[in-house]
Amino acid sequence: MTQTTSTAAAIAEEELASNPAANTNDDKARFPFAIVGHVDHGKSTLIGRLLHDTGSLPEGKLAELKAASDKRGGVLEWSFLLDAFQAERDQGITIDTTQIFFSTAKRRYVIIDAPGHKEFLKNAISGVAQAQAAFLVIDAAEGVREQSRRHALILHILGLRQVAVLINKIDLIDHDADRYAAVAAEIRHYLGQLGVTPLALVPISARNGDNIASRSEKTPWYDGPTVVDVLDNFVPALAPVDQHLRLPVQDVFKFDHRRIVAGRIESGRLRVGDQLVFSPSGKQAKIASLESWSAAPQIAAGAGQSIALTLDDELFIQRGDIATHVEHQPHLAHQATVRLFWLDTAPLLAGDRLKLKVATSEYPVFVERIHAVIDVGNLAATQSDRIDQNAVAEVTLRSPALMALDKFDEFAKTGRGVLLRDGDIVGGAIVLHAGAVDQSRHLYSPTQSIGSADRASANGHRGAVLWLTGLSGSGKSTLAVSAEHRLFQRGRQVVVLDGDTLRQGLNSDLGFSPEARAENIRRTAEVAKLLAETGLIVFVSLISPWQADREKARRIVGENFAEIYVQADIETCKSRDPKGLYKKALQGEIKNFTGIDQPYEAPEKPDLTIDTTALTEEQALQHLLDLVDGLSALNGYEGRKPTDSYTI
Amino acid sequence: MSHLDALESQSIYILREAYNRLKPLGMLWSLGKDSNVMLWLARKAFLGHVPFAAIHVDTGKKFPEMYEFRERFSKEWNLNLIVRDCPPVDSVDPSLPPAARSAARKTEGLKRVMNEFGFKGIIAGIRRDEQATRAKERVFSPRADNGAWNFRDQPPEFWDHFKSDLPEGAHLRVHPLLAWTELDIWRYIERENIPVVSLYYTKNGKRYRSLGDQDITSPVESNASTIAEIIQELETTKTSERAGRAMDHEREDAFERLRASGYM
Repeated sequence: MTQTTSTAAAIAEEELASNPAANTNDDKARFPFAIVGHVDHGKSTLIGRLLHDTGSLPEGKLAELKAASDKRGGVLEWSFLLDAFQAERDQGITIDTTQIFFSTAKRRYVIIDAPGHKEFLKNAISGVAQAQAAFLVIDAAEGVREQSRRHALILHILGLRQVAVLINKIDLIDHDADRYAAVAAEIRHYLGQLGVTPLALVPISARNGDNIASRSEKTPWYDGPTVVDVLDNFVPALAPVDQHLRLPVQDVFKFDHRRIVAGRIESGRLRVGDQLVFSPSGKQAKIASLESWSAAPQIAAGAGQSIALTLDDELFIQRGDIATHVEHQPHLAHQATVRLFWLDTAPLLAGDRLKLKVATSEYPVFVERIHAVIDVGNLAATQSDRIDQNAVAEVTLRSPALMALDKFDEFAKTGRGVLLRDGDIVGGAIVLHAGAVDQSRHLYSPTQSIGSADRASANGHRGAVLWLTGLSGSGKSTLAVSAEHRLFQRGRQVVVLDGDTLRQGLNSDLGFSPEARAENIRRTAEVAKLLAETGLIVFVSLISPWQADREKARRIVGENFAEIYVQADIETCKSRDPKGLYKKALQGEIKNFTGIDQPYEAPEKPDLTIDTTALTEEQALQHLLDLVDGLSALNGYEGRKPTDSYTI
Repeated sequence: MSHLDALESQSIYILREAYNRLKPLGMLWSLGKDSNVMLWLARKAFLGHVPFAAIHVDTGKKFPEMYEFRERFSKEWNLNLIVRDCPPVDSVDPSLPPAARSAARKTEGLKRVMNEFGFKGIIAGIRRDEQATRAKERVFSPRADNGAWNFRDQPPEFWDHFKSDLPEGAHLRVHPLLAWTELDIWRYIERENIPVVSLYYTKNGKRYRSLGDQDITSPVESNASTIAEIIQELETTKTSERAGRAMDHEREDAFERLRASGYM
């Protein structure tokens, strides 16, 4: 079959994707750059024009493009060259990122075309993250729009520092210097707030070819570089071999008797004989050999290389460990403050649980605090308890695991990561600050048990016992279970000890005499103490009618104990009677029932009284949660104060 | 680090990720130049081993030279080789144009392999520069349990973090050569001295640039008889690599439809 039977558009795409003109250079790498901007500001048109004006389009392509455009009844659409999917052509928008190869007289390029629609931000990021430089395209007539700003912010967060602005459709403002200057000033101001100085601002018309490959006569007032000039002056990034060593362990192979550690050096270099430390475990060993197949033997390797090595000691090393030299280790922390962009349709809320994946390490985390959500328009920080799709925010994450992290501005590749929810990538994050932990405490010797302070640090809160006392039917269990759910969602370690449940097991040998009740409370208090010491927030829901028994419970538990009087008058409780117990007690079927034939001693000095006859369930819950927050807060821990103004 | 070194390192990283995250894992071995490079990279990544199955989904219409190549190198490279035949053409979607329909047999054959072995990951040697819809691919690309590719809603993929968790029955296509070009492939074959099928070299003034089924693949005019000559030819060519692959050119969206339903 020959190409004459094919349709024009299919050939156009086919040959563009495997553009022969891209093959006319030496074996140097292709420089990847992205084209971003608001939808309809002319990104795809620019690409078509760049290919045309640099002589990268095969012969006859223009005619074929015209035929394909006519077929859909439209004017000449450069973007048809690029929008590969039928769905994209029919809708006239770019859905997913794509790559096009072309070259100038100077070197070869890969263009990464990113969709401008807000709903396709995840695709734009997937593309832009591969680029080393970017053009931000802005419609001269429309000026800076929401996606212009969002894309600029994303460029910044992705760490792209080589940015040039192309102010497109200059013909729509009659090639007017003043109107151009106004748009240029607006974008300069915005980028300035981000700390980004554009390498150039160029007035262009992608459709007509002004200032693309050659200077346009229609803009005599402009004496700066053309698009191709700017392109050829972008500088390729070099692998960071001069930084300190970072080697995230990707896998440990056991093809024979040896354990071979495999990974890619993300920064720095290493040599056989170097002493390595693996974080966060802190284990150390020397590099015994570098292993390879069908390659000359190596004794050293540097950033960018995927390597395999053996150690002089058979340590238990696993995927996710980061190997470094001893004197320059990553931060070890349970807590990290990150700047993130959120891609999931479901919002991110304080307390949500996620996984943070940095290089090859995965850590369970929860959102401890949302400091600020950044308004893309003016970069102002706003307070919010939710982060919606496509928003940028600054949050503190906490992990029960000890995390080995770098700060993004020190080590780009081990200072950034993705957020996972149910196995899906739902966001990206760069580490601004890794909360330090006591270095003496992170290396647990096997003989030394883990203390409650270690557990509190990992959990982000201390253990506590909340002792809920009150008549049957006063609402103790309802409150305890509601609080348990709410706290669990917020990432707290929490459990409810319910009197009824305990009596079915641990206390099944006990009756309801005053002596039996005292023993019931003693055992429950001991269990609560153990659980609180292991870091849990424990709700005890027990009638516990005697003041003396409750005081004994407080003595057993010690600090972090609160007595909560869940108050409701006996008539209300009788009318609620959720378990039908009052009815049975009144009929004499149950003996020693508190409030009927045994007294209830109301607490003299409870830490909190919750009157369930006066408060709504939500109000009652809030009172209880406020008390829990105070009681379980880490000593001296205040977290990061919310930022009023946001500075990047 | 040279350009080829950087590509090699990135592909090794991808292969090691796939091996660590996806079990069971298999690699499609079409016997063409790209999948030979891919096997070579696997041996680099795993120090001489290929620690997963090499799968040939056989249409039964390949060239005799390709079958000879398969027999020889599956033994020399100590491969765990799986060969499965494709179903007959009349079991394939009749609304596809003839060549695409013929190519779609391979999709059906692959589906059968997936059902038989339950692979969670399938490594395939596609490249972005081959074809426009392939240019939009992810390195780890999810496929539904019927093999379908939902190109309208691909997962985000950046900073070398790849989606590797999938629902039961679904699988991931892994594309370690996505960033390579045809010229990169040949330069790497030259540098590493990787064996390729003799059909790539000239015979009676013609050679194959891309190998598919005998009846839907045509050779190009060429006198290149060495790898160096092939490279020289590609540096100046004005036709595309898959020009000789009929199913790409039959209808505007034929290849897109092929890929959406599970073709490589």
